Amino acid sequence: MRALDLDYMLGLVPVILGYVPLTIGMALAAMVGALILASLMAVERVVRVPVLDLFVQLFISFFRGTPLLVQLFLFYYGLPQILPVLAGINGVTAAIIGLTLHFSAYMAESIRAAILGVDRSQWEAAQAVGMTQTQSMRRIILPQAARVAAPTLVNYFIDMIKSTSLAFTLGVTEMMGATQKEAAGSFLYFEAFLVVAVLYWAIVEMLSFLQKRLERRLNKALTR
Amino acid sequence: MISIRRLTKRYGTNTVLNAIDLDISAGERVAIIGPSGTGKSTLLRCLNYLDRPDGGVIRIGDLTVDAATARPADILALRRRTAFVFQNYSLFANKTARENITEALITVQRKPRADANARADAILREIGLVDKASAYPAALSGGQQQRIGIGRAMALDASLMLFDEPTSSLDPEWVGEVLDLMRQLASRRQTMLIVTHEMQFAREIADRVIFMDGGRIVEQGPPAQIFDAPQDKRTESFLRRVR
Repeated sequence: MRALDLDYMLGLVPVILGYVPLTIGMALAAMVGALILASLMAVERVVRVPVLDLFVQLFISFFRGTPLLVQLFLFYYGLPQILPVLAGINGVTAAIIGLTLHFSAYMAESIRAAILGVDRSQWEAAQAVGMTQTQSMRRIILPQAARVAAPTLVNYFIDMIKSTSLAFTLGVTEMMGATQKEAAGSFLYFEAFLVVAVLYWAIVEMLSFLQKRLERRLNKALTR
Repeated sequence: MISIRRLTKRYGTNTVLNAIDLDISAGERVAIIGPSGTGKSTLLRCLNYLDRPDGGVIRIGDLTVDAATARPADILALRRRTAFVFQNYSLFANKTARENITEALITVQRKPRADANARADAILREIGLVDKASAYPAALSGGQQQRIGIGRAMALDASLMLFDEPTSSLDPEWVGEVLDLMRQLASRRQTMLIVTHEMQFAREIADRVIFMDGGRIVEQGPPAQIFDAPQDKRTESFLRRVR
């Protein structure tokens, strides 16, 4: 067993850190998209719009039932062959779209469960004061469902940050892609991948900290 | 001013409301009493379509809603002329006491926020909860929650206020303050339809008492008549049991 090349590892940290904004940026963009899409699908699943409901079920089933890597390849390498408009799509965009669709399927189910978990009396109270279904959902039900779903959704965000590493297979130089290139030049694979692992870990730990603060804020309404 | 004709509600083969006819004039305070499971709450819940009646016509002022033809817009219009006070308060859990009162003023009545807040503050003073304005429901006692629930209903300026056993979930120590608030409302000749088990209270504030049993109105009249000289055996035996 040889000793770790600590100097190399320290030198690598700032190089990989330079790609953190891209990683976080992709995850954030995909998270925003997934939250919107998932909320729409969750509301649809609760109110069950005829026909549309079948599409939503099929969508959720497909994106939960196939590996993210396969989905990314399908978008980036496959779809442009069928739809020439997509020929110019770059890896970052493809990765964001793939992550959005994939995670929205999971998140829709969590949000749906959270909506169904809100007490029926809250619906009735909203209806009784004359709110429309949409107003009841937006002003009373969704905010309460958000509190229930928040921990799970943050977990998905954490998962999403780590999953951005798959963008490297679409030729995107993000944290993982950069590390791979550095390692290929130095042949110090263990050091390089250890550094990137620790950096991912650090990002996730920071998020867990924010998660606790978010939950405390959302629980404000329920504590004496 | 309010007329109800042949209001009917069934659950499967069980007829919970059997073609109820009822008229209520403006400013009238009507109490509904009767054994559990006789359709008192269902009547109230059908009046604002929290439960959709299977048949019957409800008329409030110039608005007519027929169960056979009611569209969502009619139901919304009906709900906007009534206010409902729930047995379990059902305050919006994600809103403060004050926001519970302003919520419908802003989203339903489209009042400017400042006006809604002014109205809420006036109501909070009236119900004696100014100091709880920014408290969430979870931090309030049952009595305080129900007073906010009544405040939320007051803010709507509804033609008809419906009270569904407003004190039945309360610890005995909080019942008094809620009844006091309802007395205040009654003294202003707010039109009220109250399902209650508080017989003394019904006798004291109601212009008319209705006794229901088996999904029908069995007997109705001024409190003195119903409580002291009931005409129907069922009324008599019910009153004997609850006394």
